[in-house]
This record gives sequence, structure tokens and C-alpha cells, in this order.
Amino acid sequence: MSAETSTRNPETAAAPPPGGAPVNGKRARQRHRRLLTRRDRLTLGLMAGIPTVLHIALVWLTALASIALAFTTWDGIGFDSITWVGLDNFRQLFTDNPQFWPAVQHNVVWFVVLILIPTPLGLFLAVQLDKRIRFSRVYQTAFFLPVVVSFAVIGFVWQLVYNPDTGLINSLIGANKPGHYIDWIGDPDLNLWAVLIAASWRHTGYMMILYLAGLKGVDPSLREASALDGANEWQTFKNVIFPTLRPSNTIVLVVTIIESLRAFDLVFVFNGGAHGTELLSILVTDNIIGESSRIGYGSAIAVVLLVTSLGVIIPYLVSTFRKERRS
Amino acid sequence: MSTVTVAKRRPPVRPARVLLHVFLAGTALAWLAPLLWAVYAALRPYPETNAKGYVSWPDKLSLDNFTHAFRQSDMTHYFMNTLLIAVPAVLLTLFLSSCVAFYVSRFDFRLNLALLLVFTAGNLLPQQVVITPLYRLYLLVDLPGITVSGKLYDSALGLVLIHVAFQSGFCAFVLSNYMRMLPHELTEAALVDGASVWRMYWQIVLPLCRPAMAALATLLSIWIYNDFFWAIVLISTGENMPITSALKNLAGEYFTDPNLVAAGALLTAIPTLIVYFALQRQFVSGLTLGANKG
Repeated sequence: MSAETSTRNPETAAAPPPGGAPVNGKRARQRHRRLLTRRDRLTLGLMAGIPTVLHIALVWLTALASIALAFTTWDGIGFDSITWVGLDNFRQLFTDNPQFWPAVQHNVVWFVVLILIPTPLGLFLAVQLDKRIRFSRVYQTAFFLPVVVSFAVIGFVWQLVYNPDTGLINSLIGANKPGHYIDWIGDPDLNLWAVLIAASWRHTGYMMILYLAGLKGVDPSLREASALDGANEWQTFKNVIFPTLRPSNTIVLVVTIIESLRAFDLVFVFNGGAHGTELLSILVTDNIIGESSRIGYGSAIAVVLLVTSLGVIIPYLVSTFRKERRS
Repeated sequence: MSTVTVAKRRPPVRPARVLLHVFLAGTALAWLAPLLWAVYAALRPYPETNAKGYVSWPDKLSLDNFTHAFRQSDMTHYFMNTLLIAVPAVLLTLFLSSCVAFYVSRFDFRLNLALLLVFTAGNLLPQQVVITPLYRLYLLVDLPGITVSGKLYDSALGLVLIHVAFQSGFCAFVLSNYMRMLPHELTEAALVDGASVWRMYWQIVLPLCRPAMAALATLLSIWIYNDFFWAIVLISTGENMPITSALKNLAGEYFTDPNLVAAGALLTAIPTLIVYFALQRQFVSGLTLGANKG
């Protein structure tokens, strides 16, 4: 074990060390301010203002508009036709919509599968690849390739694998003859799992890269000391490495939750997000470009997504930024 | 940096290491299998696979499916659409987010956290949260003479704007962290010398951020190229779609057999693969730049 820790692997993530504190705090800034001309102030105002206005207008105001619209019905023609309906949309959503609860369930399943299978696998691969072995770069490239390719392409590629007539799986197991068909894409009991295999295929590489970056930050002397103490590989991992990976674990958790809420493209390409693969994101979109275009109703589903994601994003960012302020 | 240095001594071949390589090579192959399967299908003529089945030895391998898929669907047109959206979007995102980052990291520390919080949180939201009002907004904004459709809806401009607004969150966060590590004396000296704020930004800070900008540019290009959702909703004319989103229509219309579908899908993946292989280091470091924090 100890021979592995000789020198750090130079070929990996060239990220700069995290957050150095600003050197000389307040006084420098005050001096800065006084030296600014009027034109400088204008420049600064524009530099900060334009991007902020753009971001807030297109992201936050629209998110707020989603909340407002969720309490109304609107046919989209003229502002006069917006009528306030209170909680009606939500009431309908929670009690009447046959697709809503299955969609919620599928989003939850999506998250549970991603966090239980590809995430530990990505961590495992990262730990193996961090051992300074030969061809590490080649392996990394192979595992990471699916992350680079678009979800749309992933959807098409996996359709070729799952196609009942011509697909790889059915051809291999002889299920591509009439009477023996296994319909991986159409069967509502199977298709969510089929799509999740494709999603996990991608997620593993993503998690591997995030963990590899975290492992670069583990002090090699810790590992050394643990080996000297006679700990075996598993003990070293469990007692020394995993605890120091805490920041990575937080990021991985947040990324995985957000990815499960965002999941859309893959399912949309795979089978349009119906008959077993409904997701909240699909239901929102169906109310825009689909048959049933109901603005208020679609917004109510978007609010469910918004509240869930903010429930994750805000605690995460607050703790991140608080840590930063302390440093 | 290194605590222990082992002299040039080849470690003996250990069975555990061999086993690890076998495992990793096997897994890596399994990981590539779906893509290789698509390549294999794309290389074979349809009549042959139709007669012999897809799991069979090839009689003939050729690039015909690729050329057919490319020509029949007029892919050049869709690649151009993507280029028209992605290039301005990447440049504008980098420019605007570096402006914000410059401001919050060098001048206003009170606003710093609040502003970054807003930007970063916005970037993490699922896109579907904003899409309904955004769609309505894009239909409402009239731009006669500026976009072909006369609206923000169904225009490249509309897509560029939402990409910039969304992605600048992540980039502002990364760049602000990067800029805060630059020594304060740099800009202070420039200010004392009477340099304008703009010159400080353009001639001093920005050149020093080149590594971070390169990493972000790589990442953004791939993300924007791969975007599917915005264009599916915000573009109505099939002709105006960027390549990734057009793929679904093209598959229905032109790619009449699985071999052509495979070829078409792989063709759209090629640009991202080229960028990835050429700029792998930038890509990976960009991805972990944001994640290294916290």
C-alpha cells in the first residue's frame, strides 16, 4: 500500500485550491472606493447590473410568476382572462390527477436508485483509480464518456440496446421473436427500470469525477499513517478516507437530488414520458407543448418542483457560504 | 508536496493489482458497450442486418449510413443553428459572469454573498420551474425586424438569452472564487496609478483568469451544445432547432431504420467528443472547480 503514496498524480484535476480568503480586508476596499471616479462607478454599476437584471428577470421573476400563476387559470390570450382560483389547481393535482402521484413516485425512485447504485459505484471506481495505477486515464475516459454525450443521444443509443425487435438485449437472449417479446420501452412495469439503467450509466462517471477531485484533497500522509498502523485497505477507507470526503459527499448528494428533479431529456426521447415513465418535469412540459395546455395547472406542478428543489438548494448554499465567510 | 519519495524501483507484480486491472478493464469495456453497439449498427447496411439479425458477423462495414443520415436530414443546417446559438451564448456568459465576479470579488463584499447566493441558487433550479412563464413571456415580447419570427419565441436570440441567464449563475460563482485568490495589491496599484476600473478588469484581472475561463468555456460549450429542453419548448419551427433538439424530429422523419438512427445519433455526438478529447483537462477541472468548494 505504502508504495502508492510516493508522489501525487500530476495528470488529474487542475483545479486551484479552494477559497483563499481575501488578503487585506476592509481597509483596502475603502481605499478602492475613494479612488473611483464617477465614470468608474458607472462602469461598475453596469458590470454588476446588466447580468443581475438578466438573471433575475429570466430566472427568478419567472419562478415567482410560476408561483403566482399556480393560483390562477389562464387561457394565455390577454391578461384579462387570468382568474384567481386559489388552491383549486393544487386540490385537483393532489386528488384528481392520475399522473401526479405516479410522477412523484418515479422522481423519488429516480433519486433512490441514483444514490444507491451509481453513486457508491462511482466512489468505488474513484478510489481504485486514485491508487496511481497504470492506464488510470484510459479507464477514467471510458467511465466519463457518457457524461459528455447529451441525454438525447444517450436516449437514442439505449433505444438501440432495448429495441424489442432489433435491440442488443432481446437479440442476445432470443426474446425478439413474436410471442417471446420483452418490451423494455413500452411495458410500464419495465420501462422505468430500463431508463434508470441508462441514467445510472451516465451518473456513475459523473460521481466518479466528483469523488476523484475530492480524493486529490486527501492528505497522503494520513493514508501513510493508517497503513503504518496496520490498517487494511477497507479500514483505511472507512476510518480515514471516507470521513475526509465529507464535502464531496454533500456535493454529490445535492447534485444527485437536483439531477433527479431535472430528469427530462432521457425519458422524453426514450418513450415520451408516458405509460410508466411519467416525471414531474414531463407533466409540466405537457402543459405547455402537449395536448392539454393548462397554464395554471402546469405552474402548480412547477411549484411542487420549485419548493422541493429550494428545500435542498437553500440549506446547501447557506452552509457553503457560511463556511466561506468564516474562512 | 510529496512526503515520501520512492526511488526508481519497479514494484513487483502483485496479484491484487492484476485483479484490479482485469476488473477495471472489464468494467470500462462494459461501459463503452452501448456506444460500441451503436457504432457497430451504424456501420452495417440495413438489408444485411435485416436478413441476418443485429447480433451477427458483418459481411460489409461502411460509412454509408453516416453519409446518408448526414445528407438526407441536411445536418449541416442544424449544426449551423447550434453554432449560431452556442458561440454567442458561451462568449456572452463568460463576459457577463466575469463582470459580476469582478465586481463582487474586488469591490463590494457586502453584496458579494447575497448576489452569489442568488446566482448560484438560480443555476441549480430545475428548468421546468421557470418554463411556463418564460414560454408566455417569449410569446409576448415582440421584436419585429430583429428576429425572424418577430418574437423572442422561436428565435436563436431567445435561446441565447436563457442560456446566458441560467449559466451565468455557475460561472459567476466559479470566477468570483478564482478572482478572490488574485493578490489585492494588483488592482490596488493600478487604481493608485489612475487606471480606470474597466482597464483593471480587461487588462489585469481578466488575463489572469485565463485558466478558469478556458475550463468554463469548454464546459459551457458542451452543456449548451447538449441542451435539449430549452429548444424543445422555446422553438416551434423544426427548421430553427439546434442539432441536439432536432434529433428527435429527424429520427422520425429521415432515419427510417435503426442503423440510420444509430448513425445520426452518433454524428451529433461527434463534436462533443472532439471537444472532450481535445480539452479533457479543462473540462474535468471546470466541473470540479465549482464542486471543490464547500
